[in-house]
Amino acid sequence: MSVKSKIFSAMKQIAEEQKVTLPPLEDDLSLNETGFDSLAFAILVARLEDEVGVDPFTVAEDAAFPSTLGEFVRAYENVPA
Amino acid sequence: MSQPDIVALREYLGPELKDRTISDARHTVSLTDIIQYSCLTGRSCDLSGRSVLLATSGQLLSALAMIELDGIARRLLLCPPDLDWDRLQVLLEQADIDTIVTDRPLHRSSAGKYIVIGVDLPERPAMGSEVDRATEWLMLTSGTSGLPKIVRHTLDGLAGAIIAEGPARNRNATWATFYDIRRYGGLQIFLRAVIGGGSMVLSEPGEAVAAHVARLRAGGVTHISGTPSHWRKLLMSGASANFSPDYVRLSGEIADQAVLDGLAGAFPRASIGHAYASTEAGVVFSVDDGREGFPAHLIGQSHTGVEMKVVDGSLRIRSRRTARSYVGTDAPPLADTEGFVDTGDMVELRGERYHFVGRRGGIINIGGLKVHPEEVEAVINRHASVQMSRARSRRSPITGAIVVADVILANGTDAERHETIRTEILGRCKDCLAAWKVPAVIRFVERLDVTAAGKLARADA
Repeated sequence: MSVKSKIFSAMKQIAEEQKVTLPPLEDDLSLNETGFDSLAFAILVARLEDEVGVDPFTVAEDAAFPSTLGEFVRAYENVPA
Repeated sequence: MSQPDIVALREYLGPELKDRTISDARHTVSLTDIIQYSCLTGRSCDLSGRSVLLATSGQLLSALAMIELDGIARRLLLCPPDLDWDRLQVLLEQADIDTIVTDRPLHRSSAGKYIVIGVDLPERPAMGSEVDRATEWLMLTSGTSGLPKIVRHTLDGLAGAIIAEGPARNRNATWATFYDIRRYGGLQIFLRAVIGGGSMVLSEPGEAVAAHVARLRAGGVTHISGTPSHWRKLLMSGASANFSPDYVRLSGEIADQAVLDGLAGAFPRASIGHAYASTEAGVVFSVDDGREGFPAHLIGQSHTGVEMKVVDGSLRIRSRRTARSYVGTDAPPLADTEGFVDTGDMVELRGERYHFVGRRGGIINIGGLKVHPEEVEAVINRHASVQMSRARSRRSPITGAIVVADVILANGTDAERHETIRTEILGRCKDCLAAWKVPAVIRFVERLDVTAAGKLARADA
């Protein structure tokens, strides 16, 4: 499974747990529009770290948090696992 | 001259009570005629007025020396087994120790600095030293990091709760504890055995649960005490099946409903009580109704001479059973100006009952919202397939921290049910807890570490 599909699958799982209705997941979707609050993103980042072995936002101290879903996925794709 | 108002431990060991013993895995010593014998060896020396470190390899020799030296020595510092020499040396200075009673070879640097007395099974006639003082009992706090603090008690305060219950209550009981008797929780049980006219079976470090339970049964143990973590470990082992004590006691950690129910199921004949006590605050109360938390009416003046109040969410205690002070230069005050000890244990009123929610220092901060790991564990532990759990903080780049949980499932839980159980646990947490308190990740683990003091190991505590 690609990193991208792992991310999408984790997001769907969390959306179900948090009773959030996700819009269609596309690259230019703003993270604000996903319906996820900061707690949901914190859960997502923690679970992805367990699944793909990396947390790109902690690895790089100065990393800016992405603003779109595409940037979020690339943060994971660009870190050597 | 003997002072009539001082009651020393030996005075509870008269010859009129027969068949009293104290035992570990290797030796059984009769308590009936113990005061006629001495356990001290080597250079014979009057320890009257001495400040003594009691540093024995096992608990039995410490127990015997405590009986022999209470009322004789000025101070008795109880050394738990896991203390290294470097840290011990600092504590010896602080406690003004001049004599070491030990069965171990001493570190070179101590040569000449202290009088060293050996200790062995009591096979020599006693010297007949007279009880002429109230010995100061010094114990170490069970903090997980840094140097432990030295806490000063008197036997009078240590035994306050035992005397208050009356001498007849547990007569002829054989006591046991999973604790080491050189720590507060274990010492309470040792004193219950001695003062109450009973016997005692000591724990052994590293002993397998099944072997320990076999000894408890062989020794006829009727009354037994441990932390909820000790008890969960016993319940998990399946070794409780052939053991049937009359009284089961929990202390040292929060007794949640799951562990109380688990013990009631495993020991249907036993009365089950959870006690609240700490090295600094002493024994405060015990609750015997089988429910977690304690009745709200205990707050305020109590007829047993223990006063409790809640300030800023934490329980404060004033009583004659609290420690007298911390010991050492620059030791901080133990109590506030009104004599209340702040326990650091946080409570919450729910209906007619206060519930313990966690330690003040253990709070996890999730983007400014707070959670005690213990309140999360209490919910997780209620799931029938869960034996034990630990909630902890994990750093998060988004909220600073999040809660995650490590869970031990019951023996024989089908691996195919793991995902279902995970979903069920998350569902319960969502029903009972605010959103930020729900664990972000639940991991199933084989074991969780328990500290030497019998408490669940918390890296952040």
